[in-house]
Amino acid sequence: MGDFTSRAPAALNDPTLRANFRRAMDGLMSKRAAQFADKDAWESLRAQGAAAKARVVARLPELLEQLEANLTQNGIVVHWAETTAQANAIVLDILQKAGAKTVIKGKSMVSEEMELNHHLEAHGIRAVESDLGEYIIQLAGEAPSHIVMPCIHKNKAEIASLFEKNIAGLGYTEDVDALTAAARAALRGQFASADAGISGVNFAVAETGTLVLVENEGNGRLSTTLPPLHIAVMGIEKLAEKLDDLPALLSLLPRSATGQAITTYVNMISRPRQPGEKDGPKAVHVVLLDSGRSRVYADAQLQDTLRCIRCGACMNHCPVYSRVGGHTYKFVYPGPIGKILTPQLEGLDCAGDQPHASTLCNACVEVCPVKIPIADILVRLRAESVNSTGSGAVKGAGSMRKRLESLVWKGWAAMYGVPMLYRLGSWGLTRLGNWLPDSLPMLKRWTSVRTRPRFAAKTLHELARDKGYDHE
Amino acid sequence: MPSSGRPDTVYYFGTCLVDLFYPEAGLAGMELLKRAGIRVVFPADQSCCGQPARNSGYFDEARAVALRQIKAFPQPWPIVVPSGSCAGMMKTHYPDLFEGRPEHEEAKAFASRVFELTDFLVNVVNIRLTDKGQPLTVTWHGSCHSMREMGVVDQPKALLRQLANVTLVENGREKECCGFGGTFAVRQPEISAAMVADKVTALEDTKAARVISGDCGCLMNITGAMGKKGSPMGGQHIAQFLLERVDG
Ligand code: SF4
Repeated sequence: MGDFTSRAPAALNDPTLRANFRRAMDGLMSKRAAQFADKDAWESLRAQGAAAKARVVARLPELLEQLEANLTQNGIVVHWAETTAQANAIVLDILQKAGAKTVIKGKSMVSEEMELNHHLEAHGIRAVESDLGEYIIQLAGEAPSHIVMPCIHKNKAEIASLFEKNIAGLGYTEDVDALTAAARAALRGQFASADAGISGVNFAVAETGTLVLVENEGNGRLSTTLPPLHIAVMGIEKLAEKLDDLPALLSLLPRSATGQAITTYVNMISRPRQPGEKDGPKAVHVVLLDSGRSRVYADAQLQDTLRCIRCGACMNHCPVYSRVGGHTYKFVYPGPIGKILTPQLEGLDCAGDQPHASTLCNACVEVCPVKIPIADILVRLRAESVNSTGSGAVKGAGSMRKRLESLVWKGWAAMYGVPMLYRLGSWGLTRLGNWLPDSLPMLKRWTSVRTRPRFAAKTLHELARDKGYDHE
Repeated sequence: MPSSGRPDTVYYFGTCLVDLFYPEAGLAGMELLKRAGIRVVFPADQSCCGQPARNSGYFDEARAVALRQIKAFPQPWPIVVPSGSCAGMMKTHYPDLFEGRPEHEEAKAFASRVFELTDFLVNVVNIRLTDKGQPLTVTWHGSCHSMREMGVVDQPKALLRQLANVTLVENGREKECCGFGGTFAVRQPEISAAMVADKVTALEDTKAARVISGDCGCLMNITGAMGKKGSPMGGQHIAQFLLERVDG
């Protein structure tokens, strides 16, 4: 698999991919900006959203209990999964007990985390993605490259050829309406005949036991209402404390994600079909997945990661993501949120290089609707990766520690922390630094696309003294 | 302090990059302050804000260096910094770095005295500049940390707009990172190269003669990439540029 750094050049050298992402991200950024043109309104809405999710994180254990009680009272069956393997087993068991052979799926990143489709496939159950973007990448046999727009790495022409190959009777067309209509026609039969629907959850309201799901295509509503069985999978952090929190959150999410004031569909699922009702699934199950989240919760700083509402704004605005695309990250969550979440869920030993692949430009921090201090968490994870805090909060802490590197930093601290040594060192560098060989690895990397910086003849310390500035 | 809120004396924190590579830019900032009638003190014991170690996750090393800076600026004077990035480190991250430690109060007090140079010139000094230079078109590159940690967005442009013979043109990617990111440039050389290439293109598209910035890290990256590709455009630190213009 290699690491992030070694995967990046392939994406960087793919001009189509670069252009696809650049164009898409530029569009998303300007749409979002138009939604939040009024800075005061943005700040106040964002403060509400951040506070709502901060309350969830602060009271997570008790809210989960409250949610379970209310869901159960509503007739929704609650399952707890510590690992993705357990979650897969639970879903499979529910489907097998119901005798389900075909599943229609709404969009769910947690199901990607579980690799649920593969698991079901291996047990003879066919899961068809019904979200257009997910449907496209399922046809292509690829993973999502973005958490909101899974096929954003593809342009119209690529989708047109994919559809031409996979949808019988459809010729090559780049007409968006024709492509959408073709996918809709192909999916319609699946909705009607599927034995079960599987979806994600955007917000589970603890106060009422309500599952809230937003979407634009109506596929989410169909997947959760047409089949006789509905299974929702969600991470244990995707809660809202009360219904009153929803207006702010439901406004922030689509504005931040796609620049829409509201999604076309807002589904609120409170119970299975009741006697006498004409539609709706007869049984509804919720699988609450931990998979490393309680470990994130246990750390007072890192737990802010769990506020995330998966809007994707951080990746839309990330100068690294927009150049390397989502697949370079290799894990389910790409971009800034992925860089802080993946190493915490998977361990720094498998994804410890990701927090380092950032300039800490703070573009993500500026747009995150729930004010996750992403840059500070990146830095904290860097520290954990070289085990300099000793907190042991993250799996694989210290796995990136190199003896030489830590010695270099010790030396650095001595030179910059002891004025005498700094005077000596800076004097030496300004006199001799330009003689350092070009072949030094750091210099080589720098000069691959830049000229070599030249040390000045005299330091500012010296010039200030020469010019007679006071030094105390 | 006089009634205008303008102090008689300020400290100047030159930053390690300026000290070693761009001392003229540092000196220009001091000169601008001096000409505005302010006594500028440059503590000899200063070195680096500690950001490289902090951003690499070496907190103990960052703290050791940060503490040395805190000790080098004992008087209650404002601390003016010709870099939004180093100012951001001192203002926003010194308090975090010492959280729960005996030095926390001292770090907070220090942080509250830190100013980015252009912000200080505009909002505290209320400087008035008279342009004596030839007509010139420039564009502005704000560093990510100056914009997003120090809130410095309009201040430098306000200074450039005071210059009668200078035309300021905006570039299309003004808010996008140039790809420097300290050690990022050498840890992720390919991604950094892609970022700076795009940045240079956006700057060249303005047809400006020079890019002006308040951060020497960005400038080292951007002008380095310009130089390598043989771009006709150059770059300069804003302090040096302003001084050059008022001197004619
Ligand atoms: S981290 Fe913030 S910006 Fe990124 S997906 Fe989560 S909520 Fe959205």
